[in-house]
Amino acid sequence: VTNSVDLIELSRAIRANSLRMVSRAKASHIASALSSADILATLYGKVMHYDSNQPNYSDRDRFILSKGHACVAVYATLAEAGFIKFEELLTYGDNESRLMNHVSHKVPGVEFSTGSLGHGLPFGAGKALVCKKAKKTWRVFVLLGDGEMDEGSNWEALMFAAHHNLNNLTMIIDCNNLQSLTTVKDTLSLEPLADKLSSFGWDCVDIDGHNFLQLEQALSYSHDLKPRAVIARTIKGKGVSFMEHSVDWHYKNPSSQELEMALAELDILK
Amino acid sequence: MRNAFIEELVLAAKNGKEVALIVGDLGYRVIEPFADLFPERFFNAGIAEQNMMGLAAGMASEGVHVFAYSIANFPTFRCAEQIRNDIDYHNLPVTVVSVGGGLAYGALGYSHHAIQDYAMMRILPNMLIAAPGDPMEVRGCMRYLINSPQPSYLRLGKAGEKSVHQEIPAITPGEWLEINYNKNIVVQSENLFLTTGTTLINTHEIVGNRKEVAHFSIPMWGMKFKNNQYKKLIQWNNITTIEDHLVDGGFGSWILEILASNGGASVGLNLKGLNSKVCGMVGSQDELLLASGIFSNLLSET
Repeated sequence: VTNSVDLIELSRAIRANSLRMVSRAKASHIASALSSADILATLYGKVMHYDSNQPNYSDRDRFILSKGHACVAVYATLAEAGFIKFEELLTYGDNESRLMNHVSHKVPGVEFSTGSLGHGLPFGAGKALVCKKAKKTWRVFVLLGDGEMDEGSNWEALMFAAHHNLNNLTMIIDCNNLQSLTTVKDTLSLEPLADKLSSFGWDCVDIDGHNFLQLEQALSYSHDLKPRAVIARTIKGKGVSFMEHSVDWHYKNPSSQELEMALAELDILK
Repeated sequence: MRNAFIEELVLAAKNGKEVALIVGDLGYRVIEPFADLFPERFFNAGIAEQNMMGLAAGMASEGVHVFAYSIANFPTFRCAEQIRNDIDYHNLPVTVVSVGGGLAYGALGYSHHAIQDYAMMRILPNMLIAAPGDPMEVRGCMRYLINSPQPSYLRLGKAGEKSVHQEIPAITPGEWLEINYNKNIVVQSENLFLTTGTTLINTHEIVGNRKEVAHFSIPMWGMKFKNNQYKKLIQWNNITTIEDHLVDGGFGSWILEILASNGGASVGLNLKGLNSKVCGMVGSQDELLLASGIFSNLLSET
């Protein structure tokens, strides 16, 4: 329980800094970052092995953000984990900043640049394949969006990873139920997602993506043979009442007044 | 050419190089020598090229030089964005291998004609294009690539090509390989033929060892290898580029850009390549090349 409290603080900090970055840069996609914050807090706070002093040490666990537009949450997490300085977060979106508006491999701790959807899982499967053949024990985590599952390349990778028993590969789908124009359901129906993933040969678990205990359990476990799929049911915009469940905040950026309201909801002063 | 490729890959693996081969469910009776000897480094990604290139990039990011092999447009256009973002942008050691370059699969139709591939690879900033002209150049290109792993595109013909070179040439990017050049007689040369890819063979058949025309092959080129070309090009009065690719966006166009951006207006440049007429035509490679007219008046036009 004490540990869970730490994750609450960590995810609160990730949300707060994500909001500050997006507001300052007048950038989009804050709601996508907020839905991922608890997943990232659990990965970096509890599950993954890494060393921020040696971002590329060979036995680290690898994290890949496939939904690259949620990058502020990753940058904020990397700052909390010590990979980058907090001051750098405020360069987000500036000319010449390393922190561009889709996740960038030029930032220490970031394995792979994305921004176009459907690229992270094949790339992660390639890493997991090399790891497995070399009989290493590190793991690969790939975070995708539910809308991103429209991309055919993901389903190609799902087949490959199951065929090759890549049980060192974990895919987390941030199912925040909204994509660019409307709900996932009204765009291209994805359900029954757990059945689909299980039938593709993945060890699948369907959890509350804002429940730290469920997240930690789901992400800590790996199957003997199968790659692991964690369907994380989340709320887009989670943590800021006026951003939750709204397509608008896929695009809008908070004004300074809205930022203040949002941070107050997170119980943090500006 | 594809057999020379696989033999060189086997050699590299035997020499302890960290290489792997991933295929898009193609390579029957080509890839077996590698797959049999190194089963832990051979993967069939299935008929799924986007995933194949993403996998290749992921493997390469862990230090493996990956050769991703398929036919014509499958390992190129089908997964163009994976090559652009995952491989080229991250500067990863993946060699995209396309067999059936140009019109080698002429009878199989437009889907199998690789006549726009240079255009695609030319616009990627880190990409090295390796378009060997004969089996010996395949080996020379492979030896360079094995020792300098980088984002690269290896364009192969098919099988059974004749070798023009007597031995394996040492090849570096941007280098001109002498095929026919009599420097004692031609002091300030008038006419130069430049080829890349297997038009080396067709051109050599026509030019032979004629003294009035020089012929060089440029098997390795690309956006980052334009330097040092200009001063070599302006030594000549008339240059003809010859390629089995559409003229638009191809090898001749690369030469043209080098000349034009350096002010080399005094050099006469004749671009020989395919035009839209062959798009959709079906026939043997020889028949289609004949129809394209690339080689019909090669000597009389110079």
